[in-house]
Amino acid sequence: MIVQLLISSLVIGSIYALLALAMSITYKASEVPNFAQGEMAMVSTFITFVLLSTYNFSFYIALLGSIVFAFLLGVLLEFVFLRRAKDPSPLSYIIITIGFQLMLYGLAAWKWGSEQQQINLPFSESKVIYQNDSFAITELNLATIVISLIVLFIVYLLIQKTKLGLAMKACQQNVNAAKMNGISANMIMAVSFGISSVVGAIAGVLIAPIITLDPSMMWDPLLKGFAAAVLGGMKSLWGVVIGGFLLGIIENLFGFYVSIEFKSVVAFLIIVVVLYFRPSGIFDKHYVRKV
Amino acid sequence: MRDLKTNYFEDLRLFNSRVQIFWTVVLLVGLFALPLMVKSYYLTIVNLMAVNVIVALGLNLLVGNTGQISLGHAGFVALGAYTTVFLLKMGVPILIAMAMSGVVAGLFGVLLGIPSLKLEGPYLAIATLAFGLAVTIILGRVDALGGRMGISVPKINLNWTGLKYDTSLYYFIIIITILAVIITRNILKSRIGRAFQSIRDSDIAASAIGVNLTKYKLYSFAISAAFAGVAGSLWALYLGFINPTLFTFILSITFLAVVVLGGLGFVAGSVMGAVVMTFLNLQLENVVDIPVLGSIVTKFSEMFMMPDGVANVSWVFTGLILILVVIFEPLGLYGIWIRIKIFWKRWPF
Repeated sequence: MIVQLLISSLVIGSIYALLALAMSITYKASEVPNFAQGEMAMVSTFITFVLLSTYNFSFYIALLGSIVFAFLLGVLLEFVFLRRAKDPSPLSYIIITIGFQLMLYGLAAWKWGSEQQQINLPFSESKVIYQNDSFAITELNLATIVISLIVLFIVYLLIQKTKLGLAMKACQQNVNAAKMNGISANMIMAVSFGISSVVGAIAGVLIAPIITLDPSMMWDPLLKGFAAAVLGGMKSLWGVVIGGFLLGIIENLFGFYVSIEFKSVVAFLIIVVVLYFRPSGIFDKHYVRKV
Repeated sequence: MRDLKTNYFEDLRLFNSRVQIFWTVVLLVGLFALPLMVKSYYLTIVNLMAVNVIVALGLNLLVGNTGQISLGHAGFVALGAYTTVFLLKMGVPILIAMAMSGVVAGLFGVLLGIPSLKLEGPYLAIATLAFGLAVTIILGRVDALGGRMGISVPKINLNWTGLKYDTSLYYFIIIITILAVIITRNILKSRIGRAFQSIRDSDIAASAIGVNLTKYKLYSFAISAAFAGVAGSLWALYLGFINPTLFTFILSITFLAVVVLGGLGFVAGSVMGAVVMTFLNLQLENVVDIPVLGSIVTKFSEMFMMPDGVANVSWVFTGLILILVVIFEPLGLYGIWIRIKIFWKRWPF
């Protein structure tokens, strides 16, 4: 039974890890915890759904379409709203993302209604790939984990091995020095939001068959992803991914052995306790800002 | 130049000028005469506004004046509401029950404040958010408090006023709200308020000049939570029935939106924000009935959207208002008011 629990923890954990990574990318770029992340992912997932069921595209083309859409949506948030803020403080950025979240939620609920939809991925939940006495892996489980790992790996390559990633890091460390070296800091910021939105959108498409597709589908997963990012330390790439898997495991084990009702409470209480001892998450160094 | 203050006692005064006293008296007379003029439906709107004013005052102390963020104020409101219901069922008089709601919420505020002392930015946001969610989920599972189905609030005994129940409840809520405004304003003008503001501007500099960070941050959390607790208590009385789904994450966000819309760090801002936001929410719920905007929205929704999802327009407008306020007027409604005032004071120059 424990193996089966671990498999389902890995499935949900990989989605939390993707969402946590998405939060972390924008947070590193701009110190903005993007509360609109979940709604952006939800709208992108709906785009996949529409491309699949209304226009009858194949899954991969639909996914590509929604990835492009998600990228543009992320750039839009940065370019149209965040960049215009007068006298920006962290709080005003948070408010802008919350405002964007409410707008997207309203638009989605207006357009697609609040009833639950079914999205058809080419991976089925009933087809079992491997089975023995104690556990079974379905096609959907495997696909979720594999796709998440691929996305995590691509983001890792993008940030660690490309010129774009180098420019992103330069902007995080010192914006003015980066600008003097010819990096367009504004563009890097917009691209960061785009990438993070794409990562979130993939998480949305992967979680849609597990929970059903409706405008409020991402509220809970986003909070968990955010919590996972904070647990690992928002600025450490490995930290947020490990935080995601850790949160998935804690939640599932607690849900099975202790109480399913208090499953989400325990995740949050653990985070409060962890933050008490490690104020910047488990894997991040804590700095006190200078005067 | 009556705006310049020449000594400390002028800063402490509740009113700066006769004009201010005059308008305050007009407002108070208006509020107290309102039940004679309008139907009880409008009284309930004012009640809702008043409850939001109290939460906003407390949250503004924490967010606007101390510079800490809270995404969990719905949790404190829930604590206040459930404490009041519990005590009223035990037969405790309402004033004591309400005070206890404030105390209980305040204690939980300290409890949340302790791990939050070292946190800032998104870490503080997620800790408070986690707290708010946890409180709501746990309260919603306690069977003695009605569990998921909710619990009805006993009517309090206001017969001694000799008025209708609605009217006396209205007076009760309004008086508490006025007291809350005066208390907040006095806290801000005192040593505690100045300590809060120094923590907001720079916590390290504040501690260097002798402000005890631990003490004043905990004060801030406690006072803010206590206000939310009292507001929760009044909200329960006004609704007559509470259940855990009222106190969601979205409610916490709405409170934050109220404070930002009104103006961070200003008492008048909290009041304006709460009144305007409540009014807007009520209007937008029936967006189709608004004269010009309604028909545009209906047309648009027939062409592109689902016509029966039109109620969700209120989310879009709320979000848009938040974004526009932050981008164009960071001081919120209070900032607009100040600019209008300065314009007329200097007019025609």
